[in-house]
Formats: sequence, structure tokens, C-alpha cells
Amino acid sequence: MSEPLLSIRGLRAKVEGEDGEILRGVDLDLERGEVHALMGPNGSGKSTLAKVIAGHPAYEVTAGEILFEGEDVLELEPDERSRAGIFLAFQYPAEVPGVSIANFLRTAVNSRLGEGEEMDVFGFQRTLTEKMEMLKMDPGFAARYLNDGFSGGEKKRNEILQMAVLRPALGVLDETDSGLDIDALKIVASGVNRLSEADEALGVLLITHYKRILNYIRPDRVHVMMAGRIAESGGASLADKLEAEGYDWLHRAVAAV
Amino acid sequence: MPRNETISGLGLDEYKYGFVTEDKPVFKAVPGLSNDIVRQISHHKEEPEWMLEFRLKALEVYYSKPMPKWGGDLSRLEDTLDEIYFYLKPQDQMERSWDDVPQEIKDTFEKLGIPEAERKALAGVGAQYESEMVYHSLKEQWEEQGVIFESIEDGLARHPDLFRQYFSTIVPTHDNKFAALNSAVWSGGSFVYIPKGVKVEIPLQAYFRVNAERMGQFERTLIICEEGAEAHYIEGCTAPVYSTDSFHSGVIEIVVKKGARFRYTTIQNWSNNMYNLVTQRALVHEEAKMEWLDGNLGSKLTMKYPSCYLVGERAHGEILSIAYAGDGQHQDTGGKVIHAAPNTTSQITSKSISKGLGRSSYRGLCKVYDGAVGAKSNVECDALLLDERSRTDTYPYIEIDENTASIGHEATVSKVGDEQLFYLMSRGLDEAEAMAMIVRGFIEPVAKELPLEYAIELNRLIELEMEGSVG
Repeated sequence: MSEPLLSIRGLRAKVEGEDGEILRGVDLDLERGEVHALMGPNGSGKSTLAKVIAGHPAYEVTAGEILFEGEDVLELEPDERSRAGIFLAFQYPAEVPGVSIANFLRTAVNSRLGEGEEMDVFGFQRTLTEKMEMLKMDPGFAARYLNDGFSGGEKKRNEILQMAVLRPALGVLDETDSGLDIDALKIVASGVNRLSEADEALGVLLITHYKRILNYIRPDRVHVMMAGRIAESGGASLADKLEAEGYDWLHRAVAAV
Repeated sequence: MPRNETISGLGLDEYKYGFVTEDKPVFKAVPGLSNDIVRQISHHKEEPEWMLEFRLKALEVYYSKPMPKWGGDLSRLEDTLDEIYFYLKPQDQMERSWDDVPQEIKDTFEKLGIPEAERKALAGVGAQYESEMVYHSLKEQWEEQGVIFESIEDGLARHPDLFRQYFSTIVPTHDNKFAALNSAVWSGGSFVYIPKGVKVEIPLQAYFRVNAERMGQFERTLIICEEGAEAHYIEGCTAPVYSTDSFHSGVIEIVVKKGARFRYTTIQNWSNNMYNLVTQRALVHEEAKMEWLDGNLGSKLTMKYPSCYLVGERAHGEILSIAYAGDGQHQDTGGKVIHAAPNTTSQITSKSISKGLGRSSYRGLCKVYDGAVGAKSNVECDALLLDERSRTDTYPYIEIDENTASIGHEATVSKVGDEQLFYLMSRGLDEAEAMAMIVRGFIEPVAKELPLEYAIELNRLIELEMEGSVG
């Protein structure tokens, strides 16, 4: 298995039914076990890329391909991509009143098993409790309705909890750091780090507007997205440069091309 | 919005009670309504003279009242009523032992799981088939404590004074056109008496089955819950699917005395050719508590607004309703609370789900009389639309004559949206499962109030049966 975990080639996408591409030829390779940060100014297409990877129906891919473990996933439904091992931590998770986190996650875990198979209830409960402890969540949290009335921080933590329980091969974290205070940020970051430690093959695409989270999760690669494509890629030091100099130099560089 | 094939993949429209039983009724009146029919009903029941007079007067009231112009579409009902069988007697006498019920009727109820349910978790069971209760039983333990759970006919025959003291006092004949009709042709239903201080901890259940085509069922139930007593009554209703329309119009009267608690649960799952026009009302005395739990899943048109008349100080009334309107269905449901005493409180919670061309309406009345000092009422209605074509309306009527009253009203309409579906699917649930989960979550506040087996049944009704909706 020499192919990258995630390989995006010439990806172009737009909102279905509208003109104007948001993604205008994205190329990106992410190897197993790597953490990549994807940075860029607002409106550069970072969140669109995350949603397109997960298969959001509002977007239409007009060209290019997304290979996951060597397989083209563009024809797969969002649930099929999920069961294949792709996980998206949402920037704005939907609220689903009346559905408890425990019930929802058990259904999600069971959806990964074969027809008629179910995960042992006690085993599931143990896993859930363990992951909640890791994320310093109150045990009563699992009984709450999914994102219903959650604070911003609770929603983000809940996303990481789901990733911990579902154990994907690839986690795409869409601005998981935004809206978190420093304590919550540290908890979320250490949660992600522990998932990486527990599963050496786990790939993470960390989408962020700020460098702050990169103080706690060290990326192997940093990409900068501008106007719908990757404008610059580099090592962890690229994030430092962006922090110090902003995006202006890149704007100029892109304009020059 | 979700795709249509996913919505049709919801088990919502699958009706598993649509079978017909071949039976041999002992008497079947000619179709349509007349003085003669009313006399025949009274004669078959060997009623006292006053009841016959009561019925005949009620028939006049029925004729004198116009068809309602509000609520659902009743324009074709008059024609339907000309074709309806108003009285159909399935067997000679009501049985107290299940073994004595005719085999084909017994088979019907066994298919519906009734005797099994009785053995498990009920204090008493009544079963009505067409126009008559065919079976009624009460566990000894409750009979010894003076609880009465009988057919309404036996109530009249065996407890004439008690019966006459309350009958038609809570829902008078002239209350509405269909209460008048029921008063004229009533047949079947339960008579329930819970003596002072007796707490019946497990539910009493009545099951209503319509089997014949173009059948009219008019059960009448009278419940008296004495001071400090407690009980829970559950009714379920089903019928076969016919191309012609059938008609069900019940009247339920309940008295909840001082400090008593009563809960009345309905899981109405009539087939989609049934008009279901029901009057349910409770008179709630001092410090008493009445709860209506109303599930309307079936029927062509339901017009039903369980009500609480809070006539004693600190009386409390609660109406929790859930309606599902699929293609061709109109659920016009809600509740009424009348505050007629100080410090009375009430809560109406209404949840509806509409799909396809289905339409659900919330219609409610909150009235506070002058002098009902400190009355508090809160109304919450939430509607969930499963697709673009489905429809919901809200008609809240609020009449307040008391300026210390506090009234809250909140209404929400939500659609199953792409974002919710995408979110759940991105965790591995297929589209149908995701949709079912959203719907189940929506009804959860009602489902969790039901006894477990009913909650499971309710959830089963909205289970997804995936037929290739993925891909």
C-alpha cells in the first residue's frame, strides 16, 4: 500500500446550481500518520474543501478527483465515505433534538458492522466513558441531545468525541479551534494528539484560520489556500511565517502568477 | 430537502392492520340513519325508556346542527353517512372469558396482540368489535377494591344511578354536531369507576376494531375517578383498508375528583379511509390532575381536541399530542383548556409530522374565566415537515378574562434539512436511518411518556425500511 491516504488531484467544485467555482484546482497529498494543517484567509475555500471531501450534497465537483486509500470516493454517498474511514469534524455541527449522543453514536458504530451485527452494549458504554474521560467531559454528557443547546466549546468537544469513538483513518477538522477558550483548546488538542498516538496510521487534515492550535498539535506539513487552490506548502515553519507576516505576501505572490 | 424515495422508504405509511376478518354478525342494521335505527339500537340493548328518549332527542339535535365549516374537509361526509352502517352487532353477548369469544373475532384480536398484552401488563382489558364490546375483563385484585371496568351497556344496566348521575353531563348532547350524533347512536365503549383513594397502578386498556366496510363506530366512554384515586386508561384503534370511507365518532367523558389523577392515552391508528371525529373532555376538580396523551397516526381526517375543564382550585390539566399526516391525511388536532378556578395550571404540548400531501393542523383553545386568579397556561406546538409539499397550520385561540393569568404560547415549524441529514450521514448512517433518527428525536418528548411497549410501537411506526435509497 504505497498510495497516499488522501490524494486530491485538480479538484474543482462549486455550489450546485450556481456559477463560480470555489475550488479551482486543488492538489494535496496526505500520507498515513501525517498531520497537515490547511490555513488561509476567510473565503479561500478551506471549509468547502472539507465538505467536498465528506460528500456534502450542496456542492458539485466539476473536475478532478479525490482518492482515499487509492479509491475514488466522489461517487460515494457521505455515509459510505464515513464507513470507509473519512471523518469530518464540523465547524458548525447540526442540532438534532431528542437524539442522545449515546444513542446516536451507538447507531453510528453499528452502521459499520455487518448486517444484523450489533456492538455489545456494555462494551460500547465502556468505550464511550473512556473517551469522554479523555476529553474531560462530564459523564452526563452522553445523555444530552445531540448538539441541542450546546455551547460552542461543547459542540467542538463533541465532534472530537465522535472521532475518538468512530476511529476513522482520516480526520478532517474544520476550524475545530475556532470559538474555544485556551483551556478548551488544550483539551481538544490533547485529545487529537492522543488519537494520533493510539493510531499511528491516523491522518489528520487540520483546517484553521489561526496558528494558535498549531502550538499544541504539531503539523508535519502546512498548506496555505488562496482563492480556491493551494498557494503554498511547506513545513511547520510556514505557519510561523504566516503568523508573523499575515497572508498579504501570499496574496501578492498569487496575483503575480 | 431529502429525496422523495427516502421519505417513501419511511415505514410511516405501511399499515399492517389492514386485514379483513370473515365473520357472521348476529344483527346488521340497514345503512343510513333514521329514527328506526335509533330505536333498533336501544331495543337490542334492552335499555330503559329514558335512554331511548335521550337518544331520539339527540337525533333531532344532530339533524338541527349544520355541518362544521371549520377544521377538515367534511363536504363529502354527508354522502358517506347515508351509506354507513350505524349499528352492527357481532355476537349475542359480551364475554368475560376470552375462550368464549367467537373464534374469528378472537383471531383478529390475537393478531393485534391484545390477549398477550393483557397477560403481561394490564389491569383490565376491553375489546370492541364493530358496534359492541365483545370482551371485558378486570383482574380480581382491582375488582376487590371496588374498581368497575365494564362495557358502557353493563354500566347502564348494573349501576343505573351512578351512570345517570354523570352520563352526558360533561359532554352534553348539544355540544357539537358529532356529540349529538354519538348521543343518538352510541354503542360500546367503557364504563370505568375508580373508588376513593384506589390507585390502579397498571393501565386499563380498551381496544377498538372496525372490521366491516362502510362501518360507523360510536363508542361512548364514561369514567369517574373518585377523590384521591389514580388510574391510566389506554385505547387503541385500527381498521381494515377499504376504498369506501368509514366513520368513527366517539364521546369520552371523564370526571376527576378532588386530588385524583387520571391519564387517558390514545394510540389512534385507523386506516386511511376513516373519518375520526371525537369529543373527549374531562372535568377536573380541586387539586386533581388530568393528562391526555393523544397519538393520532392514522385516519383520513381526524378532528379531535381533548379538553380539560379546570373547575377546582389548583386543578392541573395536561394535553400531550402527536400527529402524523401522510399523503391524503389531515390531522386537525390539538387541545382545549378552560380555567374556571383560581390557581389552575395547564400545559399543552403538540407535535406534528407532515409528509407529502399530508396536512397537520394544531387547533387549540385556552380560556381563562374572570376570577380564575393566578391561572397559568403554557402552549407549545412544534411541527416537522418532511418535504416541500407537506403543510402545517396553527390555530391558537386564547380568551383571557382574568388579568392575573399568565399565558405562554410558542410555536415552531421545522423542516428536515440537508444540514441535519448530512451531519448524521457523515457519521455512517444511511439517508433513511438518518431521517428516522431525526423523526424519532422529534417525537421523543411524547414517546418517553408512553409505557414502554407503546413507545416501541410508536417508534416502530416511524422505522425506516430501506429499499435502495442509498446511491
